Amino acid sequence: MSNWKTFTKGLIKENPILVLLLGCCPTLATTTSAINGMSMGLATTFVLIMSNLVISLLKNFIPDKVRIPCFIVVIASFVTVVQLIMQAYVPDIYETLGLFIPLIVVNCIVLGRAEAFASKNPVWPSILDGAGMGLGFTFALTVLGSIREILGSGSIFNFRFLPEDAQTILIFVLAPGAFIALGYLIAIVNRLKKTK
Amino acid sequence: MKIIIILISTIFVNNVILAQFLGICPFLGTSKKTSTAVGMGAAVIFVLVLATLVTYLLNKYVLVAHGLEFLQTIAFILVIAALVQMVEIILKKISPSLYTALGVFLPLITTNCCVLGVSLKVVGEGFIYGNNVGEAVIYAAGIAIGFAVALIIFSGIREHIDLMEAPEGTKGTPIALITAGILAMAFMGFGGLV
Amino acid sequence: MAKKESTLKNMLIALMVITIVSGGVLGFIYGLTKPAIDKVEENKNIKAINEVLKTDVAIATTEAKVIEDLTYNLAYDADGNFIGAAVKTYSMNGFGGKVELMVGMLQNGIINKVSVLSQAETPGLGANMVNDKFKGQFDGKDPKAFSLKVKKDGGDVDAITAATISSRAVAEAIKKAADGFEANKDQFLKGGKQ
Repeated sequence: MSNWKTFTKGLIKENPILVLLLGCCPTLATTTSAINGMSMGLATTFVLIMSNLVISLLKNFIPDKVRIPCFIVVIASFVTVVQLIMQAYVPDIYETLGLFIPLIVVNCIVLGRAEAFASKNPVWPSILDGAGMGLGFTFALTVLGSIREILGSGSIFNFRFLPEDAQTILIFVLAPGAFIALGYLIAIVNRLKKTK
Repeated sequence: MKIIIILISTIFVNNVILAQFLGICPFLGTSKKTSTAVGMGAAVIFVLVLATLVTYLLNKYVLVAHGLEFLQTIAFILVIAALVQMVEIILKKISPSLYTALGVFLPLITTNCCVLGVSLKVVGEGFIYGNNVGEAVIYAAGIAIGFAVALIIFSGIREHIDLMEAPEGTKGTPIALITAGILAMAFMGFGGLV
Repeated sequence: MAKKESTLKNMLIALMVITIVSGGVLGFIYGLTKPAIDKVEENKNIKAINEVLKTDVAIATTEAKVIEDLTYNLAYDADGNFIGAAVKTYSMNGFGGKVELMVGMLQNGIINKVSVLSQAETPGLGANMVNDKFKGQFDGKDPKAFSLKVKKDGGDVDAITAATISSRAVAEAIKKAADGFEANKDQFLKGGKQ
């Protein structure tokens, strides 16, 4: 597989959320607005790239039987790094995303890519794979966040286009709206794949 | 009285899946059949309570005591992974029948974010029951029961949906997600209880 | 380099090395980011103090005083006269846990302004407490005449639509600040250089 293909497969064909359905918790919880979804996506992308890089470097050093605990330690370290950096430099976003930043550790995408790709491939393709998957994740989160923000708060990227007291479909920023919006988004993607 | 309030608010009002979005992956993954849902629910109750207790004590007596709070994430996930392994080994020895019932679900729990999520939440700043081990454990139990309740209800609905004709493209996961949304709306009705 | 065998020795070495290196790296980064994190907290505090005590009189010096569980940031003008106190108060009864507020109490016992320091309420509902539409209703109110309870509970506070629990928490936190200020007011007034 060419490097280019390694990179682009995560964006559309094997999009982690819309096609593979990995990492649903942060997808539903943090997409109350476009900006939140995007920040979460980028934080995850960073962890994905870094953990893929390190695991690919260490793949011959780690014996098979303890590979999962080793991967988890590597991933958890990078998550903590992201956590500390966000806390220091973008405290507002850190506060909104809250608990879901440390929970990147148990995001199935990260461990999934480490196990399925980085532990078997050289460094450079592993980085590309992480970047592609991460950006695909970010893309899906941003789209979902935008949909929910437009319908639920009448704004996009915090820019409000409706008058101050206009009624919006509040349910979309609440929990049920997250499930419903993601359900329809995946249905649309499935439909598009069929017609192609 | 306080115990009842904690339980009602965690099981119904702030349901871990339908209101807090923790543990969605197993929620979608193990809800195709009611029997698997019951097994997963029981395994989560068991591990979550144990993990919360252990991480709470670890945090209080090791991490905070030495100013190492920044290692929380890494320490907790390792403890949870080790705990799950241990529970698996012990169950196999003591109660093979329970092991055959829960065994396949145990490895899945390590990556169930509701375990790590709850244990981090319990030691987090601003947690209501954070000062009392007993209340924290009851909170964890409530969360886990809420997980099981939502999972079992949802699996019951899903068994019926599978027999229906869903619109093109929404078959499988999309219709399941939309159903979960409607279930979440129903749970929002509990909001006035506490 | 060939793949390492899964012998006990190799497994232990790999796990140990990775854990120790990770711990070290994290400690290093924690040290690097710690000052910035503390600064963020401090700036947030200073900003909130200035916001809630904003009157015609400029604040020259402030002094933090902790009495029981509240922090009173006493503010003085250039001549050393006591302007009022920004009280850092909280309620544990929000929908998403702790709600932290800064309440500006003027020396005549009137609430000047309220600022939300941290909250984890539902976006679109309880989180609207940060909007002036809700928290602006406390500006210039005298707690002796204005009952700090939501209307549903027989007070004067207009609750946020569909978020009574969050509104109740805010009212409770402000009441705590107002009562605490009233109880310690004499002591604060004496503290000024007059």
